[in-house]
Amino acid sequence: MTTSEALNTLTVTGLACVRGEREVFRDLSFRVGAGEMLTLVGPNGSGKSSLLRQIAGLLDITAGEILVEGSRDDLSVADLALYAGHLDAVKSPLSVIENLGFWAQFYGVPSEKIAAALEIFGLGHLGHLPAGVLSAGQKRRLGLARLALIDRPLWLLDEPTVSLDTASIAALVDLMQGHLQQGGAIVAATHVDLGLDGVRPLDMGHHGRGEHG
Amino acid sequence: MSAFWALVQRDVRLATRVGGGGGMAVFFFLIVLSIVPFGIGPDLNLLTRIAPGMLWVALLLSALLTLDRLFQADQEDGTLDLLVMAPQPLELTVLAKAISHWLTTGLPLVVAAPLLGLMLNLPLDGMLPLMGAMLVGSPALSLLGAVGAALAVGVRRGGLLISLLVLPFYVPVLIFGVSASRAALVAVPGDLGGQSLLLLGAVSLASLVVGPVGGAAALRVAVK
Repeated sequence: MTTSEALNTLTVTGLACVRGEREVFRDLSFRVGAGEMLTLVGPNGSGKSSLLRQIAGLLDITAGEILVEGSRDDLSVADLALYAGHLDAVKSPLSVIENLGFWAQFYGVPSEKIAAALEIFGLGHLGHLPAGVLSAGQKRRLGLARLALIDRPLWLLDEPTVSLDTASIAALVDLMQGHLQQGGAIVAATHVDLGLDGVRPLDMGHHGRGEHG
Repeated sequence: MSAFWALVQRDVRLATRVGGGGGMAVFFFLIVLSIVPFGIGPDLNLLTRIAPGMLWVALLLSALLTLDRLFQADQEDGTLDLLVMAPQPLELTVLAKAISHWLTTGLPLVVAAPLLGLMLNLPLDGMLPLMGAMLVGSPALSLLGAVGAALAVGVRRGGLLISLLVLPFYVPVLIFGVSASRAALVAVPGDLGGQSLLLLGAVSLASLVVGPVGGAAALRVAVK
């Protein structure tokens, strides 16, 4: 981590989620520390996305507690976590560089880092194209380039490999590996075995009962 | 503050790009006011009398026209999640979006108003009070509108819902705006124009608080 913001632990205790009067999961408890990765596995509708949104603060918690502890007391989830959901948050009318440039400015990242972030996912030569003409996989790569751009210790990834080609998945795995080695943490919902070391799976499929990680 | 200006800059840029809808409000304003003389007939005195009111009603409707996309576009592509999660207070984010809405809707309409005033036989000495009042009052339209747009963000085709939610709150802007605009045209007792302009400013200042705070609260509920 180049910033002073580091993650100590993400602690989830007795978490429950109810959506549309249906209980998605309950009694979910786990801990993720610095340098660790948790993979959420389970069938569709088992609450993987809901859990990620709850950690991100984008979904109400029905019961239980989520504690994101940083190296300093005044750090909130917003300072520590970065969420990459189903949607890429890419604006079609803006060029590739303008898209990433906005997020750099919005998060106060120096604009020199934009080119490097684009290069990781092989988007460097597409910089001036409008994002609207990109393919689904290229848009996804542009969305994921935010991970390289914005320095946050906790990554919350919802199916990050969807519509990516093999080369891009390899680039993503490299990026994730580097993130973990630098003391970052990742919680990812994915059906693909990314081949990362030291990954713990969390099976969400136990019909409302998560396992202790 | 760089996050704040980044958002304003991005939204203005998006509105001015193809399909961004930046010019839509101005064209709607133009079309509505162009057909009024056809409907009313060539009675110049009558047109002069109704000109400030017509211009203000058209301003309100034009501002409403683009409000439904204020947060919805960001919600549809996932940007809203990231904006809500970001370190910048959501109130500032809403304020930035309202400012860019005003820059791409309110301000161009204020600039276009005198031209359309001519079509309604608005006397030349009524132009400046009209523009002044619109300049003071139009920010309230974007700021109050942001609350309605935030409340309706999850609703498909929420434009009508926004109109229902927001138009009642536009009434004070309309009353004081028209009153300040027509002071130069008709003999009014005392300094009604000046007082109306002050009240219009008060409405805009109150909206400066209500809009961001209310809009942010509504957005927090909407994403969850």
